[in-house]
Amino acid sequence: MPFPVFYLKDSFVSLDLTSVLAEAGSAIEGAADLRELDAVRVRYLGKKGVITDQLKAVGNLPKEEKPEAGKAINLAKREIAAKIEARVAELEQLAIEAELAAGRIDVTLAGRDVQQGGLHPVTLTTRRIVSLFSQLGFSVVEGPEVEDDYHNFEALNFTEHHPARAMHDTFFFEDGRLLRTHTSSVQIRHMESSPPPYRILVPGRVYRCDSDMTHTPMFHQVEGLLVDKNITFSDLTGHLRSFLEMFFDNADVEIRFRPSYFPFTEPSTEVDIKIKGGDWLEVLGAGMVHPNVFKAVGVDSEEYTGYAFGMGVERLAMLRYGVRDLRMFFENDMRFLSQFR
Amino acid sequence: MKFSENWLREWVNPAISSDELVAQLTLLGLEVDDVTALGGLFSGVVVGEIVAIEQHPDADRLRVCQVAGGEEVVQVVCGAPNAALGLKTAFATVGAVLPGNFKIKKAKLRGQPSFGMLCSGEEIGLSSDADGIMELPADAPVGTPLAEYLGLDDTVIDIDITPNRSDCFSIRGVARDISARNDLPLAKTLQCEVSETSAAVQDVSVEPGSACVRYCGRVIEGVDNTKTTPLWMAERLRRGGVRPISPLVDVTNYVMLELGQPMHAFDRDRLSGAIRVRRAAAKEPVKLLDGRDIKLDDDTTVIADDSGVIGVAGIMGGDSTGCEAESRNVFLESALFLPEMIAGRSRRYAMHTESGHRFERGVDPQLQREALDYATALILEICGGQAGPVTEVLEEPRLPVAEPILLRRERIERILGFVVPAEEVEILLSRLGVELSAHPEGWTATVPGYRYDLRIEVDLIEEIARVYGYDKLPDTQPVLSPTIRPVADLPGGIWRAREVLVERGFQEVVTYSFVDPQLHEALCPGVKALPLANPISTELAEMRLSLLPGLVSAFQRNVNRQIQDLRLFESGLRFLPGPEGLEQRKTLAGLISGRAAAEHWSGEAGQVDFYTMKGHLESVFNAVHAGAVTFTAAAQPGLHPGQSATVLVDGQACGVIGTLHPSLVKQLDLQQPAYVFEIDQEVLERDCLPAYEEISRFPSVRRDIAVLFDESTSMGDVERTVLQNAPGVLRKLVVFDIYRGEKIASGLKSVALGLILQDNSRTLDEGEVEKTVAGIIKVLEEKFGATLRM
Repeated sequence: MPFPVFYLKDSFVSLDLTSVLAEAGSAIEGAADLRELDAVRVRYLGKKGVITDQLKAVGNLPKEEKPEAGKAINLAKREIAAKIEARVAELEQLAIEAELAAGRIDVTLAGRDVQQGGLHPVTLTTRRIVSLFSQLGFSVVEGPEVEDDYHNFEALNFTEHHPARAMHDTFFFEDGRLLRTHTSSVQIRHMESSPPPYRILVPGRVYRCDSDMTHTPMFHQVEGLLVDKNITFSDLTGHLRSFLEMFFDNADVEIRFRPSYFPFTEPSTEVDIKIKGGDWLEVLGAGMVHPNVFKAVGVDSEEYTGYAFGMGVERLAMLRYGVRDLRMFFENDMRFLSQFR
Repeated sequence: MKFSENWLREWVNPAISSDELVAQLTLLGLEVDDVTALGGLFSGVVVGEIVAIEQHPDADRLRVCQVAGGEEVVQVVCGAPNAALGLKTAFATVGAVLPGNFKIKKAKLRGQPSFGMLCSGEEIGLSSDADGIMELPADAPVGTPLAEYLGLDDTVIDIDITPNRSDCFSIRGVARDISARNDLPLAKTLQCEVSETSAAVQDVSVEPGSACVRYCGRVIEGVDNTKTTPLWMAERLRRGGVRPISPLVDVTNYVMLELGQPMHAFDRDRLSGAIRVRRAAAKEPVKLLDGRDIKLDDDTTVIADDSGVIGVAGIMGGDSTGCEAESRNVFLESALFLPEMIAGRSRRYAMHTESGHRFERGVDPQLQREALDYATALILEICGGQAGPVTEVLEEPRLPVAEPILLRRERIERILGFVVPAEEVEILLSRLGVELSAHPEGWTATVPGYRYDLRIEVDLIEEIARVYGYDKLPDTQPVLSPTIRPVADLPGGIWRAREVLVERGFQEVVTYSFVDPQLHEALCPGVKALPLANPISTELAEMRLSLLPGLVSAFQRNVNRQIQDLRLFESGLRFLPGPEGLEQRKTLAGLISGRAAAEHWSGEAGQVDFYTMKGHLESVFNAVHAGAVTFTAAAQPGLHPGQSATVLVDGQACGVIGTLHPSLVKQLDLQQPAYVFEIDQEVLERDCLPAYEEISRFPSVRRDIAVLFDESTSMGDVERTVLQNAPGVLRKLVVFDIYRGEKIASGLKSVALGLILQDNSRTLDEGEVEKTVAGIIKVLEEKFGATLRM
C-alpha cells in the first residue's frame, strides 16, 4: 500500500514516507556492522531522527488529518525498527561466523602431555599366567632367590650325585648356598610352613650358569602346585590343556604330553605344542608330586596326591609375541620394550 | 644316543614305518632329537680306487690321482693327506650330488683338470670325520654305488635319554620299550658260545669298599688286531657316533652300544703283575688314554697293576696298557661299578666318556658275563685267538637288589585318574621285564636289575602310563572346593605401584640380579656384596646391593642408542649381607632423565629434575595409601650430596631419592643428569579402607603471606612445624612461590605461603582469621627466625 503524501505545515516539503522507507531500508542493508547500524537507527528513530521529527510535526496538522498521518508514521516507524532488528540478528550471526572462522585450529596436531609407559613383557606374561590359574583359586606365593641346597635339590628328591643336578648348571656361593635353579624350591618352603591342601603359583626369577643364543643366565618361571585328596594325572593334563588353549587364545592348539623325567614328580611329563612348520616345541614340564617330596615336607602321600608344573615365562612370551631372540628380554632396549604397551 | 634303525629292528621289528617308530620313541619318553635318513644323503658316489698318484706340479698340497670306479679311469685332483696308491675310497663322479645340494662338475685345480671328487665321511654326511678321504676296506668292490656297499638303506635316530633311564643306553634297552609298546617279543638271540681253548688267566683282586662289585675278565691269546673290522660293524659304530679304531676296541664299543655294558681291552703283554681294583691314594697320578696327566682323589676307584694306576674305574683306560695294532694277547674287562661311587667323578676330572656316562647312571648288574662272552665270540670271529676261562670276582652282598614292590590296582586309578585294564598292566610290565605275582590288592612286582629307576609303587604306575601312552589318558577337571578370598576396597601393593608408574610414562625393565663389581663400587661404595663362586663373567659377578646399577646400565645402553628421554623402573630383590645373614629384600627403583614431556609443537618442554621424580614417587605412595611420607635431606652414596634425601614412611626410613652424582654421570659418559629413587617394597603393601570424615558446610578462608627465611631453611620442616603448632582451623599450608633476588638480602629467600583456614561448625570471622595468621607468623619467627615481608 503506497503511503499518502502529507503536506506538513511547518515544513517546506511534504514527507514522502514511501521514499523514506526505501532510503532507510537500503541504509539498514548497507550497514556493515552493528555500529553502522546503530547510526542508521539514530538517524531515523533517534530523538532527532527523521521519523521522530515527523511524529512531532503531526501536531501541526489539521485535526482531521492527524489520526491518519500519525498512524501512517507509526507504521513506518515499526517497519524500520523491524528491519533494524532483523539486520542486528543477521550481523550477530555474521560476527559469530567470523569469530568461529578465526578460531579454526589444526586438530591433527599432537595433544599435550601424552604419557604411556609399559610393563615388561615378562611381567605381562607372568600376569597372564597368574590370571588364568587364579580362576581356579590358585594364589601367588614367593620365596628367596639365594637358596640352600636342601630346598633347591635335596627335598625335591635330587640325591647328592643325581645326574639331574649336573643338568641344572647351578650358580654357587662360597658357603654352599646357590641361586635357585627353579621356583620349585618355593613349593617346599610353602608345604613346610602350612598343612595341605595347596593351590599355589610361584612366579619368579631363576638362574642357570649358561649363556648363549638360546640361554640367559637368568630367566623366569611360574611354578604351580595343586595338592588335595583327589588330584590325578589326568586332572593335570586337563588343567594344562585348558590353560594352554586359553593362554594362546586358540582352542585348536595342538598339544602333546610326552613322558619325561624330573626327580620331584612321577609320573612326569613334558608338554609340547605344535608350532608353525609342524615342529613340536616344549613349553612346560609337569608331573604328580613324588612321594619323596611329600615325605620331606611331612605330607602323607597315601592321603594326598597332587600335581606340580613349571613353565618358562620367556619361552611362552616368545611364542605369544613372536619374539625370536631370548636375549632381547634382558637388553632393556626401549625400542623393544616399548612395543609391549 | 645315536643308533642305526636297522640295528634296532634286528631286536624288535614292529610293522610300522620309520616315522611311526620315531613318534613311538618320543611318546615313550625317549625323545627323538634328530633323524637322518642315510639313503637320500647323496647320489653319484661310488667305491673308487686310486690307481695312480703323483704330485701336482703347481701346488704343494694337491695331488693328481687316476681313479677307477666310474665308467672309465679319470683324473681327480685331491688335497687329502691320506690319498695313496691303491686306496679305496668314496668317489663322487661328475654329476654326483652331495649333501647341501653340492653338485660335482668338471673342474680345473691349479691348471690340472679334475673329473670328480674323492670324499671324506663328513663331505657325504656319514660322519664328522673330516681328517681325510674315507678309507674303505681293500675288498670293497670298485664301481659299486657307495650307498649300496655301505648298506645305507638305514636311518640314524638320535634320542635324548633322561637321567633315570640308564637301561636305554643300549640297542637292547630301547628295543625293550618298543617291544612293550607293540606287545612283541625281542627277536634277537646273541651268539655267545665261546670254546675255551686256552688256560691263560689274569690274576685279579678287588679291594672291598671300592666301586667294583663284580669284575669279570678273560684272557684271549694270539689275536690279530691288524685285521679290518667288518664293514657292518664299522658302519653300526659310525652310525652310533663311535669312530672305528681297531677290531679289539671296536668290539668292546659294539657290545657297549648293543647291550649297554662298557668294556675295556688291556694289552696283556703291557700289564705288570696282577690287576688290582682299589681306591686311589690321594693325589695319585695317572696318564689317561687321551694323553692327559691328572691327579686323583681318594674317593675314586682305579684299576692298577704293579706299575701303578692303569685306568680310572668305569670312566677311562690308562695310556700305558691300551691295545694297539700289534697287540697279540688281550685281557678283556667287563665289570660292574656302583653308580653312586662313579657319579660326579667324570665331571670332576673332565672325562666325559660313554663308559662313565653309563656307569654313573647304572649298568645291569647281571650283564657282565654275558657281555664278556658276546665280545669274546666277536673277537674270535674277527681276530682269531684262543680264549681262556672267565675270572669273576663278586662281592655279592653289595649287588644292587630291588625289593619286591606292591602294586595296588586302586592306587593306579588314584594316581592316573582312570582305569587301566588288569591284563594290559600285566602285558606291558612283563614286556619290560617286570615279573608280577598276584596279591589281594593287585600284584607283587619284581623288577629286573637293569631298571635302577623302579623302586617304589609310583615308579611302576609311571611305567604303566608311559607305555600305555599319555596320549590315551583322558583330560579331566578335578572338583576343587571353592573358597572366597579377601579383597581390598583400595588395593595397594606392587601391582598398584606398577600401574601408577606406567600411567606416568615409566617403562618397566628387568635387569640381571648379578652386577658388575665396579659399578657396584661406584653406586654403593664400601659395601660388601655377595660374590658368586662361579660367575658367568666378571661383569656379572656379585649379587646386587641395589637395583640402581642395573637401571644405570639400562640408562647408559639407551643413551648410547640415542634414546635420551627415559623413565625406567624395576621391581625385584636386592641382596644385603648383614650380621644376621643375607637379607633378600623386595625393592622398587626408578630412574628418569631427559625431557619432562615429549617434544611438542607448542613450545620447548622442560627437562626433568629432582622434583619431577619426587612427584612421581609421591604419586606412587598416594596410590598405595602409604602412611605419612617425608623426605629428609641426606647425602646418599652415588648421589649428588645436595640433591638427595632419605625417604621415610611413618617416620621409618624406607628408601632414597636423588640426583645421580655428577662425577658418576661423567665417569660413565651418561651425557645428561638422571634422577633415581629406590624404596623397600614392603611399605607399598598396604590395602586401605577409605576413612570417611564429615565435610565442612562452612566456607574456607585463604590468606597469603610472604615470609623471609634463611636460604637453608627446609620448607618441609616449616610445613610440619606450622601444622603442629597452629590451631585446628589451619587446614592446609601451600608454598606457592619462592623468590630470591635484588629485592631481598642475599642468603635469604622470600617464600609465599597460602594459609587455608576452615572450621566444621561455623564461618570464621575476621578476628579469628587475623589471630590465627598472627599466631602462625609468630611460630615462623620463633622457630625459624623468619620475618614477615611487608
